[in-house]
Amino acid sequence: METTSFIWPFTIGLSFISCFLVIIVGIWISSLSHIDKSRIWHNLLTHKSLQAFHEIFMESLLHRKIFKKNPILGYMHMSLAFGWFLLIVVGHIDACNHYHSLLVPAYKAIFFRYFVTEPATTHSGKILAASMDLLLIFVLSGVMLAYYKRVNSRMFGMKKTTQLKIGDRIALSSLWLIFPLRFLAESVSAGIHHNGSIISQPTGNLLASLLPIHLFEMPLWWAYSGSLALFFMAMPVSRYMHIPVEVVLIFLRNYGIRVKKRISGFSRIQVYSCSRCGICLDSCQMNHAAIKDTQSVYVLKHIRNRNITDEKLFNCLLCGRCQPDCPVGLELNDLRITQRIESTKEYNSSYEYLKNGKVTVSPQTEVIYFAGCMTHLTPAILKSMKEIFALAKVKYWFMDEEKTACCGRPLMQVGQYEAAKKLIEHNRERILSSGAKKLVVSCPICYKVFNDDYALPGIKVQHHSEYLLELMAENRLPIHKLPMRVVYHDPCELGRGSGIYHQPRLLLDEYTELIPMKNEKEAAYCCGGSLANIKIQMNERNQIRDNVLDEYLSYQPDMLATACPLCKKTFAKSNKVPVHDIAEIISMAIRQKEITAPEVSEDKEVLKMEF
Amino acid sequence: MKDFGYTVIKQRTIDYDLFDGRLLNEVLQMEPSFKVCLSCGGCTATCSANDLVSFNVRRMNLLLRRGETVELESEIRKCMLCGKCMLVCPRGINIRNVIMLIKKGIQKYNPVKS
Repeated sequence: METTSFIWPFTIGLSFISCFLVIIVGIWISSLSHIDKSRIWHNLLTHKSLQAFHEIFMESLLHRKIFKKNPILGYMHMSLAFGWFLLIVVGHIDACNHYHSLLVPAYKAIFFRYFVTEPATTHSGKILAASMDLLLIFVLSGVMLAYYKRVNSRMFGMKKTTQLKIGDRIALSSLWLIFPLRFLAESVSAGIHHNGSIISQPTGNLLASLLPIHLFEMPLWWAYSGSLALFFMAMPVSRYMHIPVEVVLIFLRNYGIRVKKRISGFSRIQVYSCSRCGICLDSCQMNHAAIKDTQSVYVLKHIRNRNITDEKLFNCLLCGRCQPDCPVGLELNDLRITQRIESTKEYNSSYEYLKNGKVTVSPQTEVIYFAGCMTHLTPAILKSMKEIFALAKVKYWFMDEEKTACCGRPLMQVGQYEAAKKLIEHNRERILSSGAKKLVVSCPICYKVFNDDYALPGIKVQHHSEYLLELMAENRLPIHKLPMRVVYHDPCELGRGSGIYHQPRLLLDEYTELIPMKNEKEAAYCCGGSLANIKIQMNERNQIRDNVLDEYLSYQPDMLATACPLCKKTFAKSNKVPVHDIAEIISMAIRQKEITAPEVSEDKEVLKMEF
Repeated sequence: MKDFGYTVIKQRTIDYDLFDGRLLNEVLQMEPSFKVCLSCGGCTATCSANDLVSFNVRRMNLLLRRGETVELESEIRKCMLCGKCMLVCPRGINIRNVIMLIKKGIQKYNPVKS
């Protein structure tokens, strides 16, 4: 007897999912722009494809990034992914070896121990059979850990685990059943036909001594085939779509395709690639305000199911803390912004009142200074910058001293790209017509948009921390170390947003005693004041801020330093610790130097008076 | 009608039988913090858009409550969403959300042909 009817659930399931994947991936790729399609064609036969294979091996199979996060969690994912992959590959080699053919149908490899009732006789056959047994145990160890993770996720370094919906539950249950059923079916067959190997044979013998196993053989093979079929059928409505789609994503990403500011086949591929592992949940600060349903994993799920609400979409600080943690490397912020653009595209403003016009400034102007709206609410920063400019004898034009439009970034963060373009065009004309070659910005929100979205050829855009460091290196700023312990808060838009981590630290090292912290740089917190969240309430913002402040205060600093007027304003409201911008600290230190430097204790006295 | 000596300006009269409160109700339901507005005017004093053109955030509240949607629509378009108003608001009102809700609500209930 060569075939029996129990192979049909598996065969139908496999055919269904294969057809489904070919069609859906075909639709996504055909909807890519011409440029993206030509990227695929040009890079298909280059080293980029090899890089993609390497990345697939390291991330989709070995799960290196999850290993870095937590070794047990990494082992669980690796044993399931890499173990299952090897089971399929080695299983096929085993079947090809037995039938002496390279074309063996999938079911003959999957149900090999059912069809081949005689034990392996050749040397290679014995080794392959033993490795299949060991691989199955390897996968089963992962399944056991997965069971345990549902009970105790903390052991895996995760405080929270994702909530599951019905499609996920069906797929998850069938996935958890596949391997135990396969092991039992193979062991029972081994007990009857003595065709097992190092582990299945002793288990089969044990079962045979306890139970009438011939009654169980067919039901177990049926159940194994059925659980595989169920898994394949549930896959399109479950998170396990990430297994095949992530492979497509890695190829496209290596070919240089990125999320654009519109919903496209590629953004759909990213959304389907989310494995809902929930690693992004722990790093999200919205938890501190007891907001637990707007995290990236849930928003991507709603985007995928096309039932996203504005309440969830806009209830995010866009701080980007989740992005470095994502093991799939999804562009979480850009995906959310793309969806925000879609959600608000009907009501972009056109700002007809903005009068475009060139400006005339002195031809000697070296620097354009753009303080930013938020800096106007923190006059101490403005005053300090003016003092420093005067001290370093910089000829500057204060672009937004009065009657100046916003930079456009706050609009972009809520998806109003079309509206922001009008502001950008207006400001851009003013900047270019000034003729100066350097634009210094005090607000990281403005800095990011000037850098990323304004086309300013020949103009160097600098945050004031970069600029002050440059002045210091040119010996245009006196140096004086304040005897104060300082922790530095990385603003989201400056740190993760623009990659500026070192310049503020180099400055603070010169002017203060900078204390290193655990959660800094890429893992830095958001202050909670972010303009990207338009749904969060003030008390919730305060909860997020207080949580961050508690950690900062545990380092017992004399002062909290930051480089963003909005962060400063957010922290300063708590009145728990003095908060100052880098520009203020430098200006303060210089003033201190001018007053003859006294003893440490008196120093602090003078500083208090200064604030 | 008894004459109290007051004049009623027709254009300023709100006829509650014809009043369409859907936009107002939606905004207040989605952003309840707007209910506690004192009309202090701090938002308008700091407003970046108000520096460039006559634009009064506080007046939005009045126009919204009076149901003057056409005027509200042409006014609300001036906002640049910079967020300064939120930082100065003594009641911690989420003003940017109010603006976005009004913009969206106008599309939904009274689409103004542009």
